[in-house]
Amino acid sequence: MELYGVKVPKSAALLVWIALWEFVGRFELLLLFPPFSEVVMALPEVIGTPSFLEAARITLLSYLGGLGLAVVVGIALGLLMGLVRRADQILNMWVNIFLSAPLSALVPVIMILFGMGMPTVIATVFMFAVWIIALDTRAGVVHTSQSLLEMGTSFGASRTQQLKLILLSALPEILAGIRLGVVRGVKGVVIGQLLVSIIGVGALFSLYSQNFLMAHFWALILILFAFALGLAELINRLEERVEYYAGNRA
Amino acid sequence: MPADQTAHSPVAGVTSRWISAVSDVPAIWKILSLAILFAAWEIGGRTNFNWAFPTFLETMAALWEMIADGSMGAAYLRTLEPLVIGLVISLVIGVSAGVAMGLRKDAEWLTLPIFITMQAAPMAALIPLITFVYGIGLTSKVLAVVMLSMPVIAINSYKAVRNVPQSLVHMCHSFMGSRRQQILTVILPAASPMMFAGIRLGIAEGFSGVVLAELLITPTGIGDLITFNRSIAKFPHMYAAIFSIVALAVITVSLLHRLEVTLFRPEKRGA
Amino acid sequence: MTMTHPIPDPEDAAPVASAIIEVEGIHKIYNGAVTALENIHLEFNRGELTSLLGPSGCGKTTLLKILAGLLKPTSGEVRVNGKPVTGPGPERAFVFQDFALMPWATVLRNASYGLELQGVGKREREDRARHYVAEVGLAGFEDKYPHELSGGMRQRVGLARALAVNADVLMMDEPFSAVDEQTRRKFQEDLIRLREIEQKTFILVTHSIEEAVYLSDRIVLLSPRPGRVSQIVTPNIDRHGDPEAIRRNPEYLDLIDDIWAGLRDYVE
Repeated sequence: MELYGVKVPKSAALLVWIALWEFVGRFELLLLFPPFSEVVMALPEVIGTPSFLEAARITLLSYLGGLGLAVVVGIALGLLMGLVRRADQILNMWVNIFLSAPLSALVPVIMILFGMGMPTVIATVFMFAVWIIALDTRAGVVHTSQSLLEMGTSFGASRTQQLKLILLSALPEILAGIRLGVVRGVKGVVIGQLLVSIIGVGALFSLYSQNFLMAHFWALILILFAFALGLAELINRLEERVEYYAGNRA
Repeated sequence: MPADQTAHSPVAGVTSRWISAVSDVPAIWKILSLAILFAAWEIGGRTNFNWAFPTFLETMAALWEMIADGSMGAAYLRTLEPLVIGLVISLVIGVSAGVAMGLRKDAEWLTLPIFITMQAAPMAALIPLITFVYGIGLTSKVLAVVMLSMPVIAINSYKAVRNVPQSLVHMCHSFMGSRRQQILTVILPAASPMMFAGIRLGIAEGFSGVVLAELLITPTGIGDLITFNRSIAKFPHMYAAIFSIVALAVITVSLLHRLEVTLFRPEKRGA
Repeated sequence: MTMTHPIPDPEDAAPVASAIIEVEGIHKIYNGAVTALENIHLEFNRGELTSLLGPSGCGKTTLLKILAGLLKPTSGEVRVNGKPVTGPGPERAFVFQDFALMPWATVLRNASYGLELQGVGKREREDRARHYVAEVGLAGFEDKYPHELSGGMRQRVGLARALAVNADVLMMDEPFSAVDEQTRRKFQEDLIRLREIEQKTFILVTHSIEEAVYLSDRIVLLSPRPGRVSQIVTPNIDRHGDPEAIRRNPEYLDLIDDIWAGLRDYVE
């Protein structure tokens, strides 16, 4: 944006909001927001505690576990749906249902099946991330250009070589699916821990709210947000590297 | 010159892709697909691999029982209150914020980063905080719905406005349309299909929000049915409650999608 | 800037046709770096069809959009009927390369849209639009939607919309580039007939030499990077009678060769 002919950088908008947050906090206009400076001050305090380190460990491990599982299963499922018509006709509806269903409602079921610990959180992350990865992989496979495949056949490509061709041509869609899966997975890891509530950040949140530690509360939220946005940004970078040939396919 | 204009399709990629995928499948396969999953559920339940996993038929019986004795109806009346209030708020603020960001550079600069953050970040983390500040009443639950559903509505409305074909805007300008005419006769009609798709996604998120609120803040309505039946180990009833809310959300969203297709059909093929 | 007339123009002797659009010293620089147009001086005569012809990157569409008031030149001035252009005006109407039809509106509403913006009442604007829809050969399609029409028919709607506002100048930006060859030929023939009915000034942007020679009274050749006027050609082709005959006319064929000889240097 330009203001009086001077280009204002995008990040400046965040500064405006932070200033507003500080103002609202200082004058206690909204109970929800303690001054931003206090939240920042609370950051080292939060990070320094052993319970935070434990929460971070649980969050990271269950996130990576669930997401890894979701990527593997999601891509396999998507390939199956993209390549086998029968499988697609049976699975497509369910994948679409789970994509728009309120998955949080299923967490109590997962809790019963997997107990009140990390496996439940892993399963939640998996369930939040897997469907979009499967669906995007399927889309990528289905949209593989017909002439590319015919080219492969005409040059005598074997079945594995054909499959490799399909996978590579679906790569931009697969990566797009993983990016969305990464974002959904973070939501899953938070929601899973909140509902289990006795481990990880869920336990921290209950601790802070029992002790009226608003600034600590917000500090933890900031860390989670930074984690989520950082991951999304990372995948974005990765995606840009593949973009060049995604644009060439048309 | 013309090549790169036609190459980029303006409509949101992933969203429209999965929609077109699901409507291609004939009804018989949908029924078969339902039958297979429910059969698997029934068999899974009968193997007793987990003491808390009821069979499909037990769950359906419990569902029928709860519908018949009125407890399900009463629960939904309570659940729908924060859901509907929250969705109306999200709709009004989300659509107007999105349109404003799409039309005005300064609005975009100031508010877009907030909505992008809200969409990418785990907003559910704010629910305990909101409960802490606003208590366990309706306000907190409405806020939970708003937090989850508003970002996707706002961002899609924004994208919808930004993706209006430039040539249509130029066309209006070349026939000397005023800015007002441009917005009312070209930009808003051209943006409405994608806006509607965003609203549909927002409503799906709203269901998530209300379930989370009822599970996390304080059990009322359908959340109460889930929590209470779990605590007294009436698992078929708990599963039935979960089944009903998932089914309700899915049916609502697919009906909205139907409506979307009928309303905007001619535009789906572009011009 | 060179101005040569390779073919003697008998009309030169006749009283000079009055210029409806005058272009004086137009420069267009994008982002302060890319020069799209450099020092363009031109006049467009009333009632003539002038083509802006050149390879891609020569700024022909940019020039047309400046004439239409859709783009602002970096420097220089465009005058229509002696008045400087500051934006779009009622005396000019634009036909878009990608048709720019509203997909949610019927043929009739699309064709009457220019009148709708002017605040013409519903009944009157629909009557006028109906007339022009019929004139471009789409009678019976009034209630269809754009997606139900072929590319050529869509462009006819775009043409009807431009005709309906009764502007003096019709500006067409590569109007036939998005339709197939057969449709394009038919469209070109129809355009020649249309000119006999509608006494209007036409400005046509095209990259097709054949099209320019086939249709134009005057051809402005633009050279690329930066866009400049390299030559002005005035074909002297009799367009009365069978429109197919023109394509076998030796003058038509020779002129195509001449122009190609001049343009080929710019094609990499």
